[in-house]
Amino acid sequence: MIAELGHFCLVLALFVAITQAVVPMVGAHRGDAAWMGLARPASAVLFTLITLAFLALMHAFVVSDFSVMNVFQNSHTDKPLLYKISGVWGNHEGSLLLWILILSGFGLAVGLVGGNLPPSLRARTLSIQALIITGFLLFILFTSNPFARIPDGSLPLNGRGLNPLLQDPGLAFHPPMLYAGYVGFSMAFSFAIAALIEGRVDAAWARWVRPWTLVAWIFLTFGIALGSWWAYYELGWGGWWFWDPVENASFIPWLSGTALLHSAIVVEKRDGLKAWTILLAIITFSLSLLGTFLVRSGVITSVHAFASDPTRGLFILGLLLVTVGGSFTLFAIRAPILKGGGLFAPISREGGLLINNLLMATASATVLLGTLYPLIADSLDLGKVTVGAPFFNSVFVPLMVPTMLLMAIGPLLAWKRADLKGALSRLWVALGVSIGVFAVTFLVTGGGMARLGAAFGMGLAAWLFTGTLVELGGRVRLFRAPFAESARRLINLPRSTWGMTLAHLGVAVVAVGAVGNIAWKQEIVQSMKPGESREIAGHTFTFDGAKEIQGPNYRAIQGTMRLSRNGEDVATLFPEKRTYDSPPMPTTEAAIHTNGVSDYYAVVGDPTEDGGYVTRFYYEPVVPFLWYGALMMGLGGLASLADRRHRVGAPRLRHPKAAAKATPAPAE
Amino acid sequence: MDTTETQDGPTPESSDGLPHTHVPQANRRWFYFLPLVVLAVLAVLFTVGLSNDPRILPSELINRPLPEFSLEALPNRGRPLTSEDVKGDVTLINIFGSWCVACLQEHPVLRAIAQEGFVKIHGVDWREKDPRNGLAWLRKHGDPYDRIGLDPDSKLAIDLGVTGAPETFVVDAGGVVRYKHIGPITPQAWAEKLKPLITDLRKGTP
Amino acid sequence: MIRRLLVPLALTCTLFWGVLASPAGAVLPDEQLNDPALEARAREISAGLRCVVCQSENIDGSNAELARDMRIRVRELLVEGKTNDEVLQYMVDRYGDYVLMTPPFKASTYLLWFGPVLILILGGIGVRSYYRGRTKSEAASGGGRGLSPEERRRLDALLVDDDTMNSDGNGDSKA
Repeated sequence: MIAELGHFCLVLALFVAITQAVVPMVGAHRGDAAWMGLARPASAVLFTLITLAFLALMHAFVVSDFSVMNVFQNSHTDKPLLYKISGVWGNHEGSLLLWILILSGFGLAVGLVGGNLPPSLRARTLSIQALIITGFLLFILFTSNPFARIPDGSLPLNGRGLNPLLQDPGLAFHPPMLYAGYVGFSMAFSFAIAALIEGRVDAAWARWVRPWTLVAWIFLTFGIALGSWWAYYELGWGGWWFWDPVENASFIPWLSGTALLHSAIVVEKRDGLKAWTILLAIITFSLSLLGTFLVRSGVITSVHAFASDPTRGLFILGLLLVTVGGSFTLFAIRAPILKGGGLFAPISREGGLLINNLLMATASATVLLGTLYPLIADSLDLGKVTVGAPFFNSVFVPLMVPTMLLMAIGPLLAWKRADLKGALSRLWVALGVSIGVFAVTFLVTGGGMARLGAAFGMGLAAWLFTGTLVELGGRVRLFRAPFAESARRLINLPRSTWGMTLAHLGVAVVAVGAVGNIAWKQEIVQSMKPGESREIAGHTFTFDGAKEIQGPNYRAIQGTMRLSRNGEDVATLFPEKRTYDSPPMPTTEAAIHTNGVSDYYAVVGDPTEDGGYVTRFYYEPVVPFLWYGALMMGLGGLASLADRRHRVGAPRLRHPKAAAKATPAPAE
Repeated sequence: MDTTETQDGPTPESSDGLPHTHVPQANRRWFYFLPLVVLAVLAVLFTVGLSNDPRILPSELINRPLPEFSLEALPNRGRPLTSEDVKGDVTLINIFGSWCVACLQEHPVLRAIAQEGFVKIHGVDWREKDPRNGLAWLRKHGDPYDRIGLDPDSKLAIDLGVTGAPETFVVDAGGVVRYKHIGPITPQAWAEKLKPLITDLRKGTP
Repeated sequence: MIRRLLVPLALTCTLFWGVLASPAGAVLPDEQLNDPALEARAREISAGLRCVVCQSENIDGSNAELARDMRIRVRELLVEGKTNDEVLQYMVDRYGDYVLMTPPFKASTYLLWFGPVLILILGGIGVRSYYRGRTKSEAASGGGRGLSPEERRRLDALLVDDDTMNSDGNGDSKA
């Protein structure tokens, strides 16, 4: 009964979405305030209906209603409650419903906080958002009904269970994060389309659209990092990035979203790059849609692909073509009138941001090309090829080198026309530190051509890190003003400046983690009997034996490993090899000891014939830096989001203090 | 600091001191259609891509002689299988295993082909943990094979470029591989593809 | 989005393809060669070969049994004295270019290998023509239509609190 109510809510939502897509748009065209005004209440109703549908599905999972096909196929009574709930989005239909829920959530948010938007822009934006929701509701209702009952009305005793690898706290929250990122870019898209229809893009538009893009980018950053972290500890061999098609599907929009964040700054501050920014907003969301298409249609083989279904593939392809084709057509017709804006020399802050866009867009297009190439080659009858990690590494790294080099310089350039020599002369400290780090890394790791790459990578990261600090130091007049003065300035820096600094430092930190881990990772695999020990990276793992244990829905072999250094115990680790009951599948639960800089990673495997166990030990140097860096980037995004100018944009959030600050301050 | 420019905000055009003439952009307008063109190309590729199955891998062996091999027989069942046994007439070599779910699905079709007596089917029992499992499986579900060879550690499978079971190779009288069928043979695939192919191959050989 | 599911892959294979891979874990102790140099080469080669059952992962990290058999074959070939290239070619002869994680550089992959450079050059040309076009014709009208006084006022109210960036000369110049 509740499942049917959920289904009914979705059908009702479809009609509300169609209404919201049509009426405010027509109203904006006619200048009819009442028709435009419909958008806000409609977005609230839409969100409520989809939330009810989502709760109905969640209810079916929580009470294990196996007469619902989706629950039967993806749940089991023995599962812990958390995984019953996360099972809702651990499958195609449920995750699609989550997609729509987040879409409507963003629509609602614009309706709520968009009070200061011009009514026609708000009406059109919400109308476009509703149009996207309409497309996805049609998709879910016609091809992927999550509430479908088992056809013959039978009631199975139990479900088939959720894939054990998904029964992990990291992965319970990874998909919603990632979706919030993907879907969040729909807001930038809707704003872009609305602006094209209005025929006007200005600084105010950029300021309105930027927080939404930031929110999406933050979610996507955390989502990708969470997925990487999960892969690292769950898959049992210490890898954290694989260039798998589905990883790429999230990384491609991240790269283009990063470009969008930067080009929107030029629109906001200098009224330039308008058409390009609009195009980026369209492309970024299109790439999110493309990712969905790739994962769900089966055109690309990926280990993660949801069961491929040609009907769904065709439907998504149609949805993709209508959405993207329609918006590109609108762009082709309307964008030429957007031209104009502030002039700037190639060497200027704007010029730097433009180069950033060139590199980010190229990186995004490159990853896209590599991901799609097997499909392209197959479609053109060029044969079956594999485009694996070595390809991506060999093309992506050369793009990141100039990116990081320029990232240190760009923020030092003035708007409009900059003095490159002056900027470079401020970076001599960074150059010195960078060369020092290069030399030390090269010598400490033993020299040789093989170490050159790692040393170069570390030097580059040091360049970016120091260069970013130099820029911050310049802002607060470090060493040129009394220290107290510098400290005061530091505190009073706009939060968007903090955001940029944190995010750029984060990139450097991620680079340290990536380069160092690839270069210095060690691994040993062996069969061990209890009492034996092995050395890795100056530490000793002693195997104290293994025993069978019983979990709520699995059995496991649990090993006991003592990690020691110079005879002193550092930690005791308990890796497990689990075998789940339903579906009957094994998983590896690695045990990791981290000292904050490096990880020691232990895995236990099957018993061997000679009475021992297969064990694997990994020394994972600087891997935590990946997570620190990603965290810094995400926090940087949050800091930027908290910037005063975004808050001032929304009157309902304005309080006296902020209002007082909003008066023009005298030039400092 | 290093700049004295005062321009800021969204309407800089008037402050640049340049005339307000609108230069036609017609010569660069095509640029705005570029995204649409890229999309159109991708759309065609995707539509073709949807009808291709990315998991089907064409065989490198087609029109090349079968590699030489000599496999041990399934214990307590007939003779072993070598590359010489395949020559003389068109034959099928079927990769199977008692662990393979899809093979069971294919099995009735193979039995029907064997009963028809149209072509010999040799089996390669691939990655059988214990040969007794293979024998028990054949006892239970019927045995359509002429000879069966054991391939416990994929020696032949790798030489044949096998990616999964079941797979079936059509080998002509001269021992040259002519076709590879991936996945279970369906009655339709047998009637429309394999049987006519075997007939043609027989006509072609002296 | 479901992330890298190595083990379910085995399950998928079972359901759709019929290759049962009772997960064994990637490289196992009994596979390893005693000669560390040879073993290191085997690891390197295995990392460049695709697990044809699983798709999208190399045989070095794969749990599939066929991947294990391929790893063992790689080691046998090395012990026989084959070079790395010969071992790779051996697998290409049997499985095609598909088995290589890095696509070979040839006519059918020129688009792939030159693509990134081509994109960068095209982008560079785009940026260049942007600057050129602007110096010729820019400072033309800024938008589709101008701002009404009311809009102008709203906009100014929004922009007036622009962050003061004293190092870039932007924020000091408020009218």
